[in-house]
Amino acid sequence: MEGKDNTNVDKNNKYDRQLRLWGDHGQAALEIARVCLINATATGTEILKNLILPGIGSFTVVDGHKVLGEDAGNNFFLTKDSIGKSRAKVATDLLAELNEDVNGDFLEEDAEKLLDSNPDFFSQFSIVVATNLCERAISKLSNHLWSKNVPLLVCRCYGFIGYMRLLIKEHTVVESHPDNTHEDLRLDRPFPALVQYCDSLHLETMNSKDHSHTPWLVILFKYLQEWKKQHNGEVPKDYKERNLLKEMLKKGMHRNEEGILENEENFEEAIRSINTALVPSKSSAFWIMARALKDFVENEGEGSLPVRGTIPDMTADSERYIQLQQVYRKKAGEDATKVSQRVQKLLQSIGKVGLISEHEIKTFCRNAAFVRVVRCRSLVEEYDSKSIKLQELIPHLDDEEQDDAVFYVLLRAVDRFYEEYNAYPGWYNDQVETDVSKLKACLTKLLQDWGLSLKIKDDYIHEICRSGAAELHTVSAFIGGVAAQEIIKVITRQFVPFNNTYIYNAMKQTSITLEL
Amino acid sequence: MEDDWSGRWNHVKKFLERSGPFAHPDFEPSPETLLFMRNVCKILVIGAGGLGCELLKDLALMGFRNLDVIDLDTIDLSNLNRQFLFRVKDIGRPKAEVAAEFINTRIPGCNVIPHYAKIQDYDESFYREFHIIVCGLDSIVARRWINGMLIGMLKYENEELDQSSVIPMVDGGTEGFKGNTRVILPGITACIECTLDLYPPQINFPLCTIAHTPRLPEHCIEFVRVLLWPKEKPFGDGVAIDGDDPHHLKWIFEKSNERANQYNITGVSYRLTQGVVKRIIPAVASTNAVIAAACATEVFKIATSCYLPLSNYMNFNDTEGIYTYAFEAEKKENCMACSSIPQTFAFSETDKLKDIIDYLIESPAYQMKSPGITTSVNGKNKTLYIQTVKSIEEKTRENLKKTLKELELVDGQELYVADPTTPNSLTFRLNLGSKME
Ligand SMILES: [Zn+2]
Repeated sequence: MEGKDNTNVDKNNKYDRQLRLWGDHGQAALEIARVCLINATATGTEILKNLILPGIGSFTVVDGHKVLGEDAGNNFFLTKDSIGKSRAKVATDLLAELNEDVNGDFLEEDAEKLLDSNPDFFSQFSIVVATNLCERAISKLSNHLWSKNVPLLVCRCYGFIGYMRLLIKEHTVVESHPDNTHEDLRLDRPFPALVQYCDSLHLETMNSKDHSHTPWLVILFKYLQEWKKQHNGEVPKDYKERNLLKEMLKKGMHRNEEGILENEENFEEAIRSINTALVPSKSSAFWIMARALKDFVENEGEGSLPVRGTIPDMTADSERYIQLQQVYRKKAGEDATKVSQRVQKLLQSIGKVGLISEHEIKTFCRNAAFVRVVRCRSLVEEYDSKSIKLQELIPHLDDEEQDDAVFYVLLRAVDRFYEEYNAYPGWYNDQVETDVSKLKACLTKLLQDWGLSLKIKDDYIHEICRSGAAELHTVSAFIGGVAAQEIIKVITRQFVPFNNTYIYNAMKQTSITLEL
Repeated sequence: MEDDWSGRWNHVKKFLERSGPFAHPDFEPSPETLLFMRNVCKILVIGAGGLGCELLKDLALMGFRNLDVIDLDTIDLSNLNRQFLFRVKDIGRPKAEVAAEFINTRIPGCNVIPHYAKIQDYDESFYREFHIIVCGLDSIVARRWINGMLIGMLKYENEELDQSSVIPMVDGGTEGFKGNTRVILPGITACIECTLDLYPPQINFPLCTIAHTPRLPEHCIEFVRVLLWPKEKPFGDGVAIDGDDPHHLKWIFEKSNERANQYNITGVSYRLTQGVVKRIIPAVASTNAVIAAACATEVFKIATSCYLPLSNYMNFNDTEGIYTYAFEAEKKENCMACSSIPQTFAFSETDKLKDIIDYLIESPAYQMKSPGITTSVNGKNKTLYIQTVKSIEEKTRENLKKTLKELELVDGQELYVADPTTPNSLTFRLNLGSKME
């Protein structure tokens, strides 16, 4: 819609290409979000760039480092002139300049020290993103944020490997926007209004124009009734039976005087749709609605979810298509009203009347088949050798085709190396060889702690030492893109975030998600 | 180098001056590689939009210095949510020029040369200058054209491909949260035309639906755009729809609404109207960043041999979780662009010339836009139909209705087909007798 004032029109146009993905309500959520970045590394500034452009509310950079020559070499938001200055300040200035709608702020302070002196500083944000933080600091930070229910995304780029870990206790999604959905047509269990509407149309007495413009949904319904009559009320069960139903439909098509089939596209559509149309039907505000939904299914719904209320496009005349659409919409509205009544009762019983709007309930019902819950495991669970989900890792550790998970293990070994030597393996050119054996020792110890007796090929150790903790810009830019997208998912509560560890391998352009 | 500073290339050098177990078999660690990237290697970036802006930044920060960028577009407000080298003050200026200025200012020593032009404005001598070509395009036609150009530049000696004539092409594409990156070695690996069926043909609503049986809000908008606009001429005779003119859009929106109301159709909105009229593809910064980064990584691998390049296709989608899938797209044995197998047409004498034209447009294997056909009779060129030049179109239009027999086309006759999707015309051998499926 056209906005009421000038700034609004501008925003509609400026953000048009993304509003088509997450809508005005998704954008509104972004515009009040406050994002904190720890360390303005190349990865960190790329993440922020991809959040500032779509218009998050504000960002804050926490970084105690001064800009080094190599930082200005791989980071677009640091310059040659800024070498020696505060990395937090320079990055904030150059990032803020990307979008005047976004407020930028910085704190020139070491994140770990800040965490010790004022941990609640981090609790004020919608989400915190940490890059290049050592294991000890990440542990501390994640424990704190976990207890405060603030989502944390940990990112790291190490040579040609990218790593992300999402820490979020519980994340519920109503609008998951699935790519492929089965239609919700209820042909197997038609509701009364649908039966009534289809029964009001009579294929046998129609002229050929009406016959060829009857929506395929109605045709399939009628032939299905016929089929059920002949088969003890059962719908076609398998491929063979569905083919028999197709034959029945073909016989019902009109023929011209010479006996040749008329070109009836709606019948063709009905035949094509048989396989998919016969698939059997199946805070917090989210959980209250989920409870109401459950009660609905067990009572009025007679085992089914509320009708979604949409039908696909199909060859038909406008009138009957719209009538049929109305039948589904009306039923969806009625179902939503019943769910809503249950929601209101629940809200009354907990003294929270007005917490959930009718609009939210309608959206929830429309998405009932696709609502999602993401619960990440905590870092404490992952870092404890007794509770880490090794079964997620083990199958990949001797798989040469899909070996991305091996790099997770290597990065954990690198963290041990850092703890012991306060440097990264292969950081210095003259120590690459000696670091290989040191890293190997760290890896062996890690595997021992996990109680694993398997062997990881030396090639991986050499490769990690070769990369010497280099942060390559293109790997940072890749992680900068995916990380920003995951943050947008968390903020807008649309689409489904990954759970919980992501490894990107730029050598092969492959990736894997592990739930550790 | 005068512009360098201490530590500038520390990160990149670890991969250029050290070898590793997963390196390309031909890789030799050496400081020379960075010098090659800095002083010799020339890269062309096609498109300065969502992908192009990212590509220029990515390549420049990986150490490439000599970059050319070509784009015929100017900056629009709706670009600013992802094309991060542009600001409000730049609206209306050529994308290639603003992008080049920004990169050259921000990254010392970088030499981006802008070309505010169409790719079709340049010929082989221009494209031959580059070591690698990266595409960040939203147009399939342009992608197919440059693909055809690079294949046309291949040289063969005794049927052996001269490797030095191969210019690798790295291609990226995005739509919403989906994208892909591919590496094409023209003449060696699958080309754009080999995998044309990966690009679904554009969906057009049938005219009879739009005219008589609208059911969706889109049908109502298409009715106004296709049928009502030429009839009512709301802004004067001969004024075409300008999707960027709010008056035009407002008129289409209101008329679409009227039609929708007439049929009780709901859901016509201003945003939808704009989307249908301008055929808008949703776009977001994050997906462009991901795909451009993957492309730039591949350019780095090809230029330095530090790793084997992607072989040869990667699909990306982050709607649900983060999904990547790398696979090897296969060369099509009888590809119209990169194989030497002659293309054949099977038609019957009673088919009309229009049937051939329709086939070239509708067939998934060709998906042409406005094919023109010529042939040769007794050594003389004969134009059968050409759509792109108005005067010739008028002269040859009659031929469309004629049968192949009436046009005196014989079995085995060669037809030369020109189309905007390819820089070189294609030769088809006419096979009269049996009609193909
Ligand atoms: Zn090909």
